[in-house]
Order: sequence, then C-alpha cells, then structure tokens
Amino acid sequence: MKSFTTHQGLVAPLEMMNVDTDQIIPKQFLKRIERTGYGDVLFYDWRYLDDGKTPSPEFEPNAARYQGASILLAKDNFGCGSSREHAPWALSDYGFRVLIAPSFADIFYNNCFNNGLLPVILDSATVQNLFKEVRATEGYTLTVDLENQKIIKQDGAVIPFDIQPFLKQRLLNGWDQIGLTLRHEEKITEYERTRALVYSRRA
Amino acid sequence: MAKTIYEKIWDAHMVYEPDGQDSIVYIDRHYVHEVTSPQAFEGLRLAGRSVRRPELTFATMDHNIPTTNRALPIADILSRAQVETLKRNCEEFGVECFDMHDPRNGIVHVVGPELGLTLPGMTIVCGDSHTSTHGAFGALAHGIGTSEVEHVLATQTLLQKRSKTMEVRINGVIPPGVTAKDIILAVIGRIGTSGGTGHVIEYTGEAVRRLSMEARMTICNMSIEAGARAGLISPDETTFEYLEGRPLLPKNKTRDELVEEWKQWASDPGCAYDMVVELNAEEIEPQVTWGTSPEMVTGVKGHVPVPDEIEDPDKKLACVKALEYMGLEPGIPMESIPVDVVFIGSCTNGRMEDLREAAKVFRGHKKADPVQVLVVPGSRVVKKQAEAEGLDKIFLEAGCEWREPGCSMCLAMNDDRLKPGERCAATSNRNFEGRQGKGGRTHLVSPAMAAAAAVSGHFVDVRDWVYKEA
Ligand code: SF4
Repeated sequence: MKSFTTHQGLVAPLEMMNVDTDQIIPKQFLKRIERTGYGDVLFYDWRYLDDGKTPSPEFEPNAARYQGASILLAKDNFGCGSSREHAPWALSDYGFRVLIAPSFADIFYNNCFNNGLLPVILDSATVQNLFKEVRATEGYTLTVDLENQKIIKQDGAVIPFDIQPFLKQRLLNGWDQIGLTLRHEEKITEYERTRALVYSRRA
Repeated sequence: MAKTIYEKIWDAHMVYEPDGQDSIVYIDRHYVHEVTSPQAFEGLRLAGRSVRRPELTFATMDHNIPTTNRALPIADILSRAQVETLKRNCEEFGVECFDMHDPRNGIVHVVGPELGLTLPGMTIVCGDSHTSTHGAFGALAHGIGTSEVEHVLATQTLLQKRSKTMEVRINGVIPPGVTAKDIILAVIGRIGTSGGTGHVIEYTGEAVRRLSMEARMTICNMSIEAGARAGLISPDETTFEYLEGRPLLPKNKTRDELVEEWKQWASDPGCAYDMVVELNAEEIEPQVTWGTSPEMVTGVKGHVPVPDEIEDPDKKLACVKALEYMGLEPGIPMESIPVDVVFIGSCTNGRMEDLREAAKVFRGHKKADPVQVLVVPGSRVVKKQAEAEGLDKIFLEAGCEWREPGCSMCLAMNDDRLKPGERCAATSNRNFEGRQGKGGRTHLVSPAMAAAAAVSGHFVDVRDWVYKEA
C-alpha cells in the first residue's frame, strides 16, 4: 500500500452533508473487477451533465480553479451508505490524498486507510472557516503533515488534528495489513484450537 | 459484571489485543457476493495466499443478476463477467457458492438466516453494509470494505477497535398497521443518519421483544442507515424457534445443546450502555421518506417540510437540494404525493412476512392504472414458499410483476431501474439520489404502505385500509 507522510495540495470544496458512497461512485461502475480506473467516474451524477461527458457547471469542484485538487473539503457524515471500497478507490484514482470533514461514516473512514487516503476530522467551525478561505483565495493550498498531526496554511497558521496512533502508523508506513496480522498467525491457530465456536463449523 | 451482548461477543472473539493497536477479532462467518469480492480474491492470488477457512465462507450472487428469465445468459457483459468471476474464484479457493441457478440463491442477507448459517453469538462479516441484518439473531455482524474482505479470507480475522454501545429501547406495543420498517425509520428520523456513528446499537424493549425474526431483521438491516457499526437484538425464544430445523444448522449438537449455547449471549440484566435512546411504539405512525437521506422522513399524515422553517444552515441547504431533486413542493401533505413505480423487495423487506403483508393489502384490489409494480422475493426459498401460499396469484391479479429473486431495484445494478423523474414507493433501505436509477425519486416505506400506494396511485395511510377477503 502507498504510504503517506506529508502532502501539499490544492483544496477543492464540496459543501454538502451526508455525501453517500452511491454519490461518490454510482453502482453502474461497480461491475468492474479491477481496483483502478474509477477516477473518471468519481461523483459521476453530480459531475457531468446528462450526456455523462460534459462537466456540470453547477458542481463546484468542476470549476477551473479547483482542477488538480488533491485535498477535498467536505461536510458531516461524508461517505455514508454502502461499504463499497470503490469510493476511496475513485477518490484516490482521481488524485485526492486527503479528505477533511467534521465527521466521516465508519466503514468509509476505515476503507480510506486501506488505500493510502488520509481522512482528517476537524471541528465544524474550523471546517466552515476553511470553506470560506478556499472560496476567497484562488489557488488555496494546504500542507498536511501526518507525522506531526498538523495542517499548515499558506500563511503559516497551524491546525492540529487528532488521529488514532495505530491508523497513523499504518499510513506512515504503508503497511500491508494482512502481512501484519499473519505475524500473529500462531495466535489465530491457538484461538481456533481452543476457543472458536464449535457450532461455527459444520460437522 | 453485567455485560451487554456486544461485550460478550467481542470478548469471546478476541484473538489478540495489542497495546494501542486495533484488535484482531476472529470471524465465524464470512458471506461473499459478486460486487465487492473480485479484487479481494485477486489480491490473494497475487500474494500467493489461500482462503484460511473456506468452510466458514459462503458466497451468493445477488446484486447483478436479472430478475427476469434466468435461463438466458446475462445480457450485460460486465455483469456477466462479475458473476462468472465469483463462480470461478469460489471454485479455485474452495468456497461454497449459491449461484444463480442454485435453489438456495438469493440476497446474501436473506439467504444466510434462512439457511441457518447466521446464529447467535457469531461474528459475521460481508463486503456489504447491510450485513447488520444478521444482528437480529444476536450475532455481531457488520459490513466491511474489499481490502478487509481479503483480510478475512486470508486470516479469518478482522482488525477492529471496540465500539461504543447504544441502547435503542422501543417501549410499548406497536399499533396495527405499523411495522418494523416504520419503527426503524422513526428511529433514524430521531437520531439521524450519523446518530449511531462509532456505536453498535442494541434494540430492546417490549415492542422489539414482540417482533418476529423477520421483523427484527428489517430493524437491524437499517442500523447502517443510522450510521451504526452494527445492530443487535439479544436472542430469545423467538430466535430459537425461527432457527428450528434450518437446513445448514450445525449437526454435531442437539437442539437443546445449541439453545443452551445461544441463550448465554443475551445481554445481562442491568448491563450498561454508553448511550440510551427511547421511543414509544404507540406514537409511531406509518413512515414515508420525503428526501434523499433516510433521516428525511415523516409520518404518513405529515407534510413535506418547509426549508425556511429549518434553522441549521447545513440542514436547510440539504432540505432545499433534496426537495429540488425529489420534485416536491414544500408543505404539501405526504398523502398527496403520487407514485409511478412501486418496488417491493430487498434485504430489508423481501421476506415471507413482507410479501404476506403486501399481498393482504393487494387482495381483491387492482393496482392504479399507470403504476408499475415490481414484487421481487429476497431469495428462491422465499419465492417458492410465496408461490406455495398463492401470493404470486394475488400479486399477478392485482397487476403486479412477479419477478425472480435478487437485489433488483434496490440499487438498480441490473436492468430494473427508474427512469429520470420517476417516483417510486420502495420497501428498500436507501433513498439516495440516483440509487434506483439516475434521476429516480425514492420514498422508503413498509411493504403494506407500498402496496397501498400501488392501489391508490399515491401515498395513503394503510391504517385506514379496507381489506378484502379472498
Ligand atoms: S437488497 Fe439492496 S441493500 Fe440489500 S444487499 Fe442488495 S443492494 Fe444491498
């Protein structure tokens, strides 16, 4: 997996609460059996007009000034709904490395860490203020320093953020989860030998 | 110390709890479907890994499959490839697969329980958010992403952190005409779609105790729509009775031994939760959603909200956008909203009792003329049973389409989908923009409410329904 240390990038705003994974990537694109190639259809229904090609002028991140953005500023409960990992695949394939919101849905949040995508939780007032600044300043960038858990603005102002230590380590090191777990394989075997529910095996 | 069912299951499945890291939790049952698994199997293949416990893993095809003639090959090339990939992966890795033609085929969350694969005290996962359904049996069940599917396939464990617990207590007795679907929609209306974030919900209270297993599944199914990690109901006599004689129960124990084991999982009297929410069942009306999130819901006698009356700026904006998408005027009565399509099915409401309820409303009535009505059983077992009871005839006589089982118009990945602007009364679980087809407008309701809307051509209060005998 990709590791994540620091990232500097252009910020794009998506001001809508409860953005669901059906919206991040609609179902017709879940039929593929690969992990890549979902970036072009990210936010498909919002992003394109009915022809499925022409960028919709109403979708704010489509604006010329936000092209090339790699940090997405979002609202409460981002990523709710379906567990589809296609959502973080599409966000990261599009070029996003960091998502900032007041809250994320659980499964989605978890899925991000398995794909080198950093979801940062900040309080609502701070997020709201960032929305204001992003819109007020063309070319608005942020630097996200995961090691030191801080976001640095262009003027040098710092916003600290919290993250669970283990999740942070996972991203910093780009660890292969399965490999890590299998380092404890003898514990799994021991569990299976002594404690696994008898009825979970069909005799 | 008195423990909740969540704490009991969590503790019993702890393989390893390293300091400051996620815990390694053992998984008793892993369900797999065609959409979220191909990349996981591919990952195993690339790393040269195998499925650690194929006998604890079961696959079904449900999302992509057509609900029309199964004898024909799937017309959509990508859907067909995905279904065939699952079949091949299952063969290669030794996993049992209920394919399209298997008599046990159906929606993953309908099939597991009805076969007796979902049991109290288990940990259950699936690459599907509605895995919460299985919590109705007192199993800790939740949806996972594809990387985690691969992790479970390879290790039979999952990395998890302990959740907080939330008790949702439904006091009293639900009035006639009000169903499990209305209870859970009312709960979501109360706590919101992120109300359960970080929590595992346990549903308790007299109203829940009185519910059948199928109704309990409807409630747990939509826990994810309340943002919860999982939903649970402590097992009791209703659970044990339901499980009696299910075909894939463990065969190495007698029924009495199994029941003894199952009983121990129920929450202890006096256990404590991190948060408690209470609702009075007597106050719950049949619910109808008006917006594009399940929390945008009201009683059938209610009205579409007026954005100007909403203070919170985010909620106001969400309401304006939702009403625009849904094509609804602020303030109009819910009962005045006409429907074009009615969808009865899904893992929320595609079981026998749901079909019986809908059939009871349809009996002796005809659907309103322009309305298209799809009735899609949740599994082939359900379909067969419904036909044995003659429900298919009632549906057909009322002018409904009686389809083959599958996810169908719940997410519209196959050919069953709304056209832009079409308005649908759906018994499924999500009213997100475009969920049932781009531009489609979804109102979530119970099966009885959906049937009543189909006959009336618009939403009506099913509590006033005039039932006709056969
Ligand atoms: S019926 Fe709908 S919610 Fe249930 S598994 Fe299928 S697509 Fe998901």
